[in-house]
Amino acid sequence: MGIEGIGASVLRKEDKRFITGKGRYTDDMVVPGMKHAVFVRSPYAHAKIVNIDTSEAEAMPGVIGILNGKQLTEDGIGNLICGWMVHSKDGSPMNMGAWRPLAQDTVRYVGDAVAIVVADTRAQARDAADLVNVEYEELPVVTGVEDALAEGAPQIHPEAKNNLIFDWVLGDEQATADAFSKAAHVVKMDIVNNRLVPNAMEPRAALGVYDAAEDHYTCWTTSQNPHVARLVMSAFYNVAPENKLRVIAPDVGGGFGSKIYIYPEEIVCLWASKRTGVPVKWNCDRTEAFLTDAHGRDHVTHAEMAFDADHHILGLKVETKANLGAYMSLFSSATPTYLYATLLSGQYNIPAIHANVKAIYTNTTPVDAYRGAGRPEATYVMERMMETAARQLGVSPPELRRKNFIRSFPHQTPVIMTYDTGDFEASLNAAMQAIDYAGFASRRAESESRGKKRGIGMSCYIEACGIAPSAAVGSLGAGVGLWESAEVRVNAVGTIEILTGSHSHGQGHETTFAQLVAERFGVGIDSVNIVHGDTDKVQMGMGTYGSRSGAVGMSAIVKALDKVEAKAKKIAAHLMEADEGDIVIENGELKVAGTDKTLPWFQMALAAYTAHNLPSGMEPGLKEGAFYDPSNFTFPAGCYICEVEVDPDTGKTEILNFVAADDFGNIINPMIVEGQVHGGLAQGIGQALLEGCHYDPQTGQLITASYMDYTMPRADDLPSFQISHQTTPCPGNPLGIKGCGEAGAIGSPPAVINAITDAIGTNGLSMPASPQKVWAALHNA
Amino acid sequence: MTKVAMKVNGRQVSGEVEGRTLLVHFLRENLGLTGTHVGCDTTQCGACTIHMNGQAVKACTILAAQAEGTDIVTIEGIATGGELHPMQAAFKQHHGLQCGFCTPGMIMASIDIVNRHGSDLDEQTVRHELEGNICRCTGYHNIVKAVLAAAGAQEQRQAAE
Ligand code: FES
Ligand code: FES
Repeated sequence: MGIEGIGASVLRKEDKRFITGKGRYTDDMVVPGMKHAVFVRSPYAHAKIVNIDTSEAEAMPGVIGILNGKQLTEDGIGNLICGWMVHSKDGSPMNMGAWRPLAQDTVRYVGDAVAIVVADTRAQARDAADLVNVEYEELPVVTGVEDALAEGAPQIHPEAKNNLIFDWVLGDEQATADAFSKAAHVVKMDIVNNRLVPNAMEPRAALGVYDAAEDHYTCWTTSQNPHVARLVMSAFYNVAPENKLRVIAPDVGGGFGSKIYIYPEEIVCLWASKRTGVPVKWNCDRTEAFLTDAHGRDHVTHAEMAFDADHHILGLKVETKANLGAYMSLFSSATPTYLYATLLSGQYNIPAIHANVKAIYTNTTPVDAYRGAGRPEATYVMERMMETAARQLGVSPPELRRKNFIRSFPHQTPVIMTYDTGDFEASLNAAMQAIDYAGFASRRAESESRGKKRGIGMSCYIEACGIAPSAAVGSLGAGVGLWESAEVRVNAVGTIEILTGSHSHGQGHETTFAQLVAERFGVGIDSVNIVHGDTDKVQMGMGTYGSRSGAVGMSAIVKALDKVEAKAKKIAAHLMEADEGDIVIENGELKVAGTDKTLPWFQMALAAYTAHNLPSGMEPGLKEGAFYDPSNFTFPAGCYICEVEVDPDTGKTEILNFVAADDFGNIINPMIVEGQVHGGLAQGIGQALLEGCHYDPQTGQLITASYMDYTMPRADDLPSFQISHQTTPCPGNPLGIKGCGEAGAIGSPPAVINAITDAIGTNGLSMPASPQKVWAALHNA
Repeated sequence: MTKVAMKVNGRQVSGEVEGRTLLVHFLRENLGLTGTHVGCDTTQCGACTIHMNGQAVKACTILAAQAEGTDIVTIEGIATGGELHPMQAAFKQHHGLQCGFCTPGMIMASIDIVNRHGSDLDEQTVRHELEGNICRCTGYHNIVKAVLAAAGAQEQRQAAE
């Protein structure tokens, strides 16, 4: 490894613009003639739209246009779609109701967009939006999954009887029943995974510009996957054909899943730009973000695990009700099914698993993938079950896990996945050593002497990343392939541009992707530029989510680099009159092995472009592209241990120590990987201790719609973290990468709750474990 | 509309604003200083933090008109002579940023913390003092490291000035 190559903690190239205030986010964009949009949104969770009267609003100063769903329909703009078909156990396709970008007849959650107001300034648009008089006829409301399924519940979409979108199963029901019939012990739990609001710090924004002369649209948007946005807006929403639509996702201030989806606002801004004849910019405020960014999690689960007399797991039964909110967001059907139930084997040998997932409409914000997407929910079920089982069986939690670990690979689970590699025990051992597990008893005694309750809890997670083999996901219902593309352009002076379909919104691609080139050709990362986020520059790509940019995005770059290397060596061999097989590339030079003949990299590049002396028949230039389709998911795994102290008088939990031992396969930049873990841990600990989204069950009002009511983790809520890596390289991709973006958020919530329940000696505790809940659990125990 | 005038990053500026215009919008929209961000509508995220007369304030919580005659410094104004402020350098050195959206506010708030506490900062104080700034990406771990590391360097620079 060179100082800038693979494995080096290279400081980030992109930092300079961010630390000097020169980042360019969507809301920073200004184009000539630009006007401002504000959306009129439903104040009701469920209502019929009787009439929209815009006369008063239209008379307000600065107003350019007010548009509604009827006009949108007239112009042929399509419904928002869910891109993954899931079938119920009876073989019927999911019951998807229509989602109009602007609601025309019925609103189904508080925040549903009804109209757009375009005015000279944002303040004017807001003033006018307040005067748009929408007459509603209120309908009954339902917010929780059990209530939504009940007989006589309000019907949210005509297509989904009893609000049931699908009733899906995975695994072998009979084999699982047989396993349970042989069980010596059965552990049963009811588990709720709390609804979360992603809260990327940059609120969503969109700037739509219609150019009438060219009949062409440009959309700047806060997207994790601008190409998917263009594809969907062209193919399904009829905004414009792809050659007439350019989507640019410039600097994006965090995503965590919430910026994967194509929302009504960007579609409406583009359409409104054509309708009004002016560029239209919309910028979300935070309350609007709470109301309309796709939420995460929200599962209600009953699980049972069967053990034999020797504490080996025999089988697992899981029944989950997933709240998908008022509409089916882009990946909402995959998140609680193929990204959830397929991970229910955890790190363990489980001969039989059966899972049943019901997806349900409610009058709440749509729910979709949020950092981890399904895998945190699966891990929470598994690791709460394992900890509880250990307590009920009277064995130590690490021993129960050890006894059941999968130890030989590849391992076929009963729920689709084939784990390629791993060493679960190594991470468990590393985490136990880092936290001094053996010394816990004396630390607990010390806490007790001060009247405090100390607890320790662990979580051994596994997840599926590197999303995903296209044919496999296609057979499971995905509407797209999940490969990635890359192009490597070597300029005539030898500098290099990498065009990638991955999108960086904090992950540091401009540095790590350049490190691949530094490693390969020995050129400095300053001579390498990463180009991403613009459909006019990068041909196609599937974007960044599911920790796919390393395992899939970088693999595409490697494939393109292979082609560049091959051609560069041919040119060098020709110029140095050597055999192609003898050329090696080192420190920015092409050398003939075993001789002192060298050719600087830039001279080879120049030769490729002057084309004065190339091997006969060779095309001039040096530019290669590649598409990479993974052969399997990747399986990052690890062990997290949390140690807490609870104050029995107040119920307040303090995290004293948190250790993370992860196997991410090979690592390109340890500094960046650790940063990803830190951020994931903060989000997972936030879920466990602080964050919870609440709707009023009668009215469907979101009670936690601001930072006054929704508790975001802040610096003094969190400890510093101890992190280590154990490495089993991934055999499925050329770099041996597994991915690291979501692990922290996946593995940490059960570790925290296991620690608190260990401290207070009771299992009945739900997330977020607020002081009030912990106090009540402790005193009711 | 009212006329406002103030000093921003060492330059005298003025502009016409509505009475209700927030300072952050004046900076971003009238002056094009888009490094100062807006992350919330309840004064709680700190993405908009700037310095007014030497103190950190949230620019979303002050009217442009209230800033009349003040001396404002934004993230664009803290590097001198092409050299990064020690706090900026520390954020880079310690990987205290990912998406960069909270970063300008974090840096402005952190400089103020060091101004008030000097170099004898400990982790707990930094964590407590950062309470008004939310970061969703970093888990704060490296931000805390950066602030602690910068504390000494910032004091030295101020002593030299
Ligand atoms: S924008 Fe000022 S505190 Fe959030
Ligand atoms: S770096 Fe993204 S919010 Fe702090």
